[in-house]
Amino acid sequence: MPEWEAVIGLEIHTQLKTRTKMFCSCEAGFGGEPNTRTCPVCLAFPGALPVPNETAVEWTIKLGHALNCRVAEHAVFHRKNYFYPDNPKGYQISQYDEPLCIEGSFVVPGPDGDSEVRIVRAHLEEDAAKTIHVGGATGRIVGSAHSNVDFNRGGTPLVEIVTQPDLRSAEQAKRFLQLLRQTIVELGVSDAEMEKGTLRADANISVREVGEAGYRTRTELKNMNSFNHIARGIDAEIRRQIETWESGGEVVQETLDYEVKSDTVTPRRRKEEADDYLYFPEPDLVPLKPPADLVERLRTEVPELPGARIRRFEKEYELPYYDAEVLNGSAALAALYEQVALEGIDAKAASNVLMNDFVATGVDPAAVDGAELAKLIAARATIPRESFTRALIESGDPDFRAETYLGDTLVADTAELEPLVERVLADNPGQVAAYKGGKDGLLGFFVGQVMKETQGKADPKVVNELLRAKLA
Amino acid sequence: MAISREDVLHVAALAQLELSEDEIVRLTEQLNDILAAVGKVSELDLSDVPPTSHPLSVVNVFRPDVARPSLPLDDAFANAPERDGDLFRVPPTGAAEESVG
Repeated sequence: MPEWEAVIGLEIHTQLKTRTKMFCSCEAGFGGEPNTRTCPVCLAFPGALPVPNETAVEWTIKLGHALNCRVAEHAVFHRKNYFYPDNPKGYQISQYDEPLCIEGSFVVPGPDGDSEVRIVRAHLEEDAAKTIHVGGATGRIVGSAHSNVDFNRGGTPLVEIVTQPDLRSAEQAKRFLQLLRQTIVELGVSDAEMEKGTLRADANISVREVGEAGYRTRTELKNMNSFNHIARGIDAEIRRQIETWESGGEVVQETLDYEVKSDTVTPRRRKEEADDYLYFPEPDLVPLKPPADLVERLRTEVPELPGARIRRFEKEYELPYYDAEVLNGSAALAALYEQVALEGIDAKAASNVLMNDFVATGVDPAAVDGAELAKLIAARATIPRESFTRALIESGDPDFRAETYLGDTLVADTAELEPLVERVLADNPGQVAAYKGGKDGLLGFFVGQVMKETQGKADPKVVNELLRAKLA
Repeated sequence: MAISREDVLHVAALAQLELSEDEIVRLTEQLNDILAAVGKVSELDLSDVPPTSHPLSVVNVFRPDVARPSLPLDDAFANAPERDGDLFRVPPTGAAEESVG
């Protein structure tokens, strides 16, 4: 059997979170009663003319910078013609051969080095309206009695990002998308939430034998609405293609839907001519010529991005890759870690507390005073476990002070602990005999019993010493 | 480049138009006439003229990202053939058709 490798390219759509739509002044964004955010432009009344949203253009350029793209000196909007009720004009205003951002690259750091994904383009277009299929026994499109349209989403600015087929596995594609999502969120241009549909991704997939030159026929996989579904969908399609080739069949170019329940892909039926959009320059819009000083200003507005920050954390704080990645799960958590680490406490210890105990509390990192948290972490060895956990839970309160919890010190007084130790030993004669017979591991059991008696407030070091002395 | 009968049928299908035999013949002729008229331009040497997507020299026309009131519902629906509550009602969209991204 030959060894196969997958060749995957992604097409990502992300809705910009501008206040208004792309070509009219209707409010954009999630929510609103159906069809209350419409006007002659986004309902395509005759004679209505589009005017581009300046912020959307600037944010697309900014996103282009984050993807290391070249910003075009001259860009044009095109009409993409198609008939479907989610687009009242009969065309979508999009970009074709002169997009705003071209030829970039996006680096995804990993434990074994960087993987670089080349970006073909990032262009600006408008989102379609929401179509609701009514009737129909199964709720599927087939057999629905009629369809209803809510135009609130229609015309929302949408950036389309297209990658080269540089991804080689479903897992790699998923990691790329997760880091891309976080980058978009940190740029502040989109909420990029897959569940809400403000981030969507389609995958172009083919397979080939390892070492084979060129690409085989690819399929396009759609309808995946979470990172896990994307990974599973791509895996299912890779399996199907390998099986097809190995059984002597041929993969045909088609569009497929991923069905979560059955973990399989099913072909979409489509019209023969559906791919002929007769693109032509949108005559209602003049070209874009982003001025050089604007392009430069937007470049300086791009903050340090999560991919680069992961590598910096590894170096600067000498953290393992895993720690650096988890701490960079959000800009706020990363910023909190840096505040804490700057207080001069052990970088790895601070990382452990933040990654595990702190994240488990669900407290918003942005609400925490890093200096106070650092004090708490520095003193953690002397604070009972329960107090420490409670402190972390309360660390987001505006009046949180570490010293409040530093008073809850561990009980290290031998006079207080000795009777407890003796009682634990007296209550467990069997274990004592076993320990003396050579079962050293039972020491931990005794320590645990004493801790239980003291609700975790006993100093484990003192308890250990006492136990060893008594059992000797 | 001449427009063939197949080109006309293809464009008609894209535009979801049903054409009679007479219309197919007439439109093929007319489209060829239009193309020939526009084709006059190619008699000129335009090798140093950049492609023009717009007749005006104006570029970068924008509006600020500021919301303005949308249409009242009844105005939005004024031209709608069918209304279902606060939604536009349209014929069922078949599985053979699909939206694009």
